[in-house]
Amino acid sequence: MSSLLEVRNLRVETVASPVRELLRGVSFDVRAGKTTCLVGASGSGKSLSCLSVPGLLPHGVRRTGGEIYFRGSSSRNSDRGDRIDSPETMKSLRGSVISMVMQNPMSCFDPVFSIENHFRETLRAHGVRGRRAMDEKIAAALAEVGFKDDPKIRHAYPFQLSGGMLQRIMLAIALMLDPELLIADEATSDLDTVAQARVLDLIDEARQRRRMGVLLVTHDFGVVARMADYVLVMEDGEVVERGPVASLFEHPSHDCTKALLVAHGKLSAHMAEEERAV
Amino acid sequence: MNGLISVKGVHRRYRRGGFFKVADSLHVLRGVDMEIREGEAVGLVGRSGCGKSTLGRIVLGLERPDEGTVLYDGQDIFSGEEKSFREFRRNVQVVFQNVQGSVNPRMTAGEIVAEPLRNFLGLSKKEAVERARPLLEQVGLKNSDADKIPGHFSGGELQRVCIARALAPEPKAIVFDEAVSSLDMLVQARVLDLIRKIRDERGLACLFISHDLRVVAGLCDEVALMVDGVIAATERSVAALAASGHPAI
Amino acid sequence: MGGMLEKGIVRFSLVLLLIVGGLALSAPWLGLPDPEEVNLAAKLSAPSAQHLLGTDHLGRDVLSRLIFGSRVSIGSVFVILLLIVVFSTLAGTLAGFAEGAVDNVIMRICDIFLTFPTLILAMFFVGVLGTGLTNVIIAIFLTHWAWYARIVRGIVLSLKSREFVLAARVAGTSTFRLVVRHILPSLAPQVLVLSTLDIGHMMLHVAGLSFLGLGVQPPLPEWGVMIGDARQFIWTQPQLLLYPGLAIFIVVMAFNLLGDAMRDALDRSGMLEEGVK
Repeated sequence: MSSLLEVRNLRVETVASPVRELLRGVSFDVRAGKTTCLVGASGSGKSLSCLSVPGLLPHGVRRTGGEIYFRGSSSRNSDRGDRIDSPETMKSLRGSVISMVMQNPMSCFDPVFSIENHFRETLRAHGVRGRRAMDEKIAAALAEVGFKDDPKIRHAYPFQLSGGMLQRIMLAIALMLDPELLIADEATSDLDTVAQARVLDLIDEARQRRRMGVLLVTHDFGVVARMADYVLVMEDGEVVERGPVASLFEHPSHDCTKALLVAHGKLSAHMAEEERAV
Repeated sequence: MNGLISVKGVHRRYRRGGFFKVADSLHVLRGVDMEIREGEAVGLVGRSGCGKSTLGRIVLGLERPDEGTVLYDGQDIFSGEEKSFREFRRNVQVVFQNVQGSVNPRMTAGEIVAEPLRNFLGLSKKEAVERARPLLEQVGLKNSDADKIPGHFSGGELQRVCIARALAPEPKAIVFDEAVSSLDMLVQARVLDLIRKIRDERGLACLFISHDLRVVAGLCDEVALMVDGVIAATERSVAALAASGHPAI
Repeated sequence: MGGMLEKGIVRFSLVLLLIVGGLALSAPWLGLPDPEEVNLAAKLSAPSAQHLLGTDHLGRDVLSRLIFGSRVSIGSVFVILLLIVVFSTLAGTLAGFAEGAVDNVIMRICDIFLTFPTLILAMFFVGVLGTGLTNVIIAIFLTHWAWYARIVRGIVLSLKSREFVLAARVAGTSTFRLVVRHILPSLAPQVLVLSTLDIGHMMLHVAGLSFLGLGVQPPLPEWGVMIGDARQFIWTQPQLLLYPGLAIFIVVMAFNLLGDAMRDALDRSGMLEEGVK
């Protein structure tokens, strides 16, 4: 079975000297209907890897090598997928076929525009016209993330909503145009545990329902345990270990993976210990 | 038995204008009672926005409650008496969540840790920075790190500098306000180990504010759950709290 | 702020301003003819070896007046800004820090000063105080300080709730040290950028008042005065109007470009402070 997204040998380096290589030949796949997790410490290159796919590398950094193939429903090449790493191709897929949810929801919204305006702006940018068509899409999108009975949400402004609610709305906007691939870059790291659980549940449900591929970046092994089908552990710009989630938990081989598992284990062990004591 | 820090009947409201047509003020804390005994670690958990951080700031004397009292060692910290307030300040220190935002980016790590020493012990800048060096070593950094500016530290390392700063005046209590929430998991575990070590060595009282139960488990002697501005439940452990069946958990 | 000089036009502005500044400061030693010396025999003459840009209606050397005039036109603005920055920072910091009644009183005073359109208020002050360069400086200071004080107060209010200030308070830092060590260093770059952006605007005020005859009095050379004098010759000797006009235009533009670049550089470094994780 061929993958939805294939990234091969991604190389990214800094623009300013001294030139440092930040990604050193990173390769990974995402399959339709499955979640691939990129996990690692800060600075391991996981965010850069995931930002390379839609062509959203930050200022001061550039891609120097590698290919990205995408086998979407409109692909001509059914064998491997089309190469999408030229800026024009990426731009045309962004937001519609490949969607993204980022870490800090508050900073993704323009504080002077209402939630509804944000929805409309996205729809307009992707060619949806007509008030009725827009309203239907917005209502459906909001319902999908759990705001079905809350019509007032549309007229609210970003500052009136909590981080968890904003992230759900970001997800709604990302899902609204029926993407085939969803990229979530530390999407829940800024939320409290309850909000985090809710957003992750929503992403998981959407993945199953829409047979969408999900690329999830996180530093938290708890998120990996819950969401991933396939895991890649990154350190220092390279993938140091990869595999299905169960085998990674049971038989980690690389030191980095083991360290992350120990940290995760420590955090959960105390809970388990206390549970036994009660 | 009265604790080192006693919070009784604290209310706090924030006034908001404009968009909040229904309620003119946000009643964030609605009658909070809490005790922190000497040497005891108390966890304060709850959703974002329930008022935990506000309570933290009030316990630190950074904000005044609209009603209620906060006692340190039996004295009202807001009584206006300067000497007892200084005594309180020295003994109740803080480590914040926003690591980069907690430090003046133009000061070196040594100067940052030296600040409480200069203020409370009346040391000169040079003496204080020299005293800061061994403190940095105690939190797992190097002696020479005292000359580096915040920009040259990673998030986890900078939080250790903040912990060193909190330890410098040898306080009896430290408030950790979501102190590990913005660190990635690996670093979180290491910093929590450090905090545990410090607690065990110095017998400090702690108020550990967090939205993540995992962080509080295994660290605290008592855990309080805050819901909508009041303490809804207090148990001796996270598991007990979970078992108590409170809906917010 | 190094990235600021990336754009060519910013580099050009900086160089231009350095040249203008250099000329202004060294004017007395450049061997120029006396800018105030009247010589009716040579009035309105064309450019020559003696008078590189010709002479004005009173036979005074135009180039010399331009260069000596820059000392007044630009120099006065720097004096005004210095007064404003010192006074407004004090007032704004006091208001922002003390809050309550003190804040209210200071802000109401600011409100009073801010209600009037600047030029009109300046004209009023000049009317009360009399004409002349010193009074122009005082008048423009009085009309602008309130705006800066407001901004400083806003910045202080937002800085007060930042964690590093809270942490310093918990560390026992006195209010005075808090202001000096933690608040002012964050305040300074923003105020610097604002002032730079305002230089052009104030130059126009000084020139404007002088043009109206309310500011600098003859024979003191100043660009606004030169434009005022040249009004009557607009059809016959347009260059007398053009030289000082262009001078004002170019210098104001250069300061604005520089100020913009500084503000962008500040934004970027400010964002970097938050974005590091």
